[in-house]
Amino acid sequence: MRYSALRLIKEAVTGHKGWTPQWRDVAPQDHYDYVIIGGGGHGLATAYYLAKEFGGARIAVLEKGWIGGGNVGRNTTIIRSNYLLDGNEPFYEFSLKLWEGLEQDLNYNAMVSQRGILNLVHTDAQRDAARRRGNAMILNGSDAELLDTEGVRKLYPFLNFDNARFPIKGGLLHRRGGTVRHDAVAWGYARGADSRGVDIIQNCEVTGFRIENGKVLGVETSRGYIGAKKVGVSVAGSSSRVMAQAGMRLPIESHVLQAFVSEGLKPFIPGVITYGAGHFYCSQSDKGGLVFGGDIDMYNTYAQRGNLPVVEDVIESGMSLIPALGRARLLRSWGGIMDMSMDGSPFIDKTHIEGLYFNGGWCYGGFKATPAAGFCFAHLLKTDRPHETATAYRLDRFMTGHMIDEKGQGAQPNLH
Amino acid sequence: MIINHPLLGPRDAQEFTYLGDASLLDRPDWQVPDAAQAFHDYLYLRDNPAGDHRELWFHEQGDRSWLVVTRNTLTHEILNVELARDVAKARRAAQ
Repeated sequence: MRYSALRLIKEAVTGHKGWTPQWRDVAPQDHYDYVIIGGGGHGLATAYYLAKEFGGARIAVLEKGWIGGGNVGRNTTIIRSNYLLDGNEPFYEFSLKLWEGLEQDLNYNAMVSQRGILNLVHTDAQRDAARRRGNAMILNGSDAELLDTEGVRKLYPFLNFDNARFPIKGGLLHRRGGTVRHDAVAWGYARGADSRGVDIIQNCEVTGFRIENGKVLGVETSRGYIGAKKVGVSVAGSSSRVMAQAGMRLPIESHVLQAFVSEGLKPFIPGVITYGAGHFYCSQSDKGGLVFGGDIDMYNTYAQRGNLPVVEDVIESGMSLIPALGRARLLRSWGGIMDMSMDGSPFIDKTHIEGLYFNGGWCYGGFKATPAAGFCFAHLLKTDRPHETATAYRLDRFMTGHMIDEKGQGAQPNLH
Repeated sequence: MIINHPLLGPRDAQEFTYLGDASLLDRPDWQVPDAAQAFHDYLYLRDNPAGDHRELWFHEQGDRSWLVVTRNTLTHEILNVELARDVAKARRAAQ
């Protein structure tokens, strides 16, 4: 069923009785050409692009719970293409371009809103770094604009400009960045994949891999054995647990990132602001809630909840940047489990097991990457070669010395 | 989280900084032929278990001792706390 304004009007006058489910509820078949493990944004996007761009094969997405129930439903919905390093920026620019055409492509309202992202700077050194980053972005086809204090003041007059220790000296504005309705991304990809014949199988947990002579034959699941020519794992947050079933250890630790939403307020923050003197970022949802977050909790965890010290740190940072924040009440907070990789960058790669492919290690940048990660993973699954924008995301890069360390922190996942 | 320090008693986890898996105590021998592979695995690969996890915490805002804390990564329950130097000495004695 195609969605359109005309269709909406027709349904409105006929009592909304004509809407059909957006995807089918199917039982797993015995064998598929491609099995994608993980029905999150990345897994569903992979299945969608496999079916749409890379030819109609038999494809299944296996999800242990319900689709979109993991990190695609737990993030702060920001999309951007403002990376510095060569291994990253072309990929994220490709992703942002896919975001820009996503709703027309999917025929689905994902509320893609390019409202701009402003990275504040507070020192001369930060301004130099912002200029360098902006130039790198422009060289890769993205957009960047360096603002001075007055430029920032025009956009956000309510910020704490005269903080004695961290005065706001300007910012790097990335106008094409913005926010997206995150759940709609999962649903839109699910609907698009389903309409192209992909079987989306929920409540189907993978409990093991069947591997013989170094080749994957299929997966054991809570709903029986499913054979597959190729298996793609896309389960960020649980990557180590799933890949351990194939006997692999990954350069990944699982950490929790908390996020927060205030009560609904009148329009107040038009874009996304990130603080340069503390780890804090904030936007305002279309419902009016201020959506903000900060650091991870720093210790390994699989519990989807964090602890109070980080809550305190995030709120303190927020208050030092936006003093008016103190008048808003916090409505809710939650935590999502991140694959924190050893250099802060992701993996889209083959494994040493034939037919087994891995997409993960997204740290806290997985949401914005959803379209390109799906596209590039589908490309790898189909052709056995990495997509031209994702050649650096290799699992062996720590052995060969080709780390992509945007932050320059070294092998300490909780500092990325 | 409250970490029951073997010398100082119960202390807030905020006083500590976190390093990671306690396997970092087992630094490989740099003279063996496959040292490059061993150091790669030591430095970059992790078990990352969902469940009991032995990990290194540093009492930065306290007595600056390193601890090996056994903690459940699903519940955040702390099951055991030892001084890292005792653990390291015991491992060396066992070798």
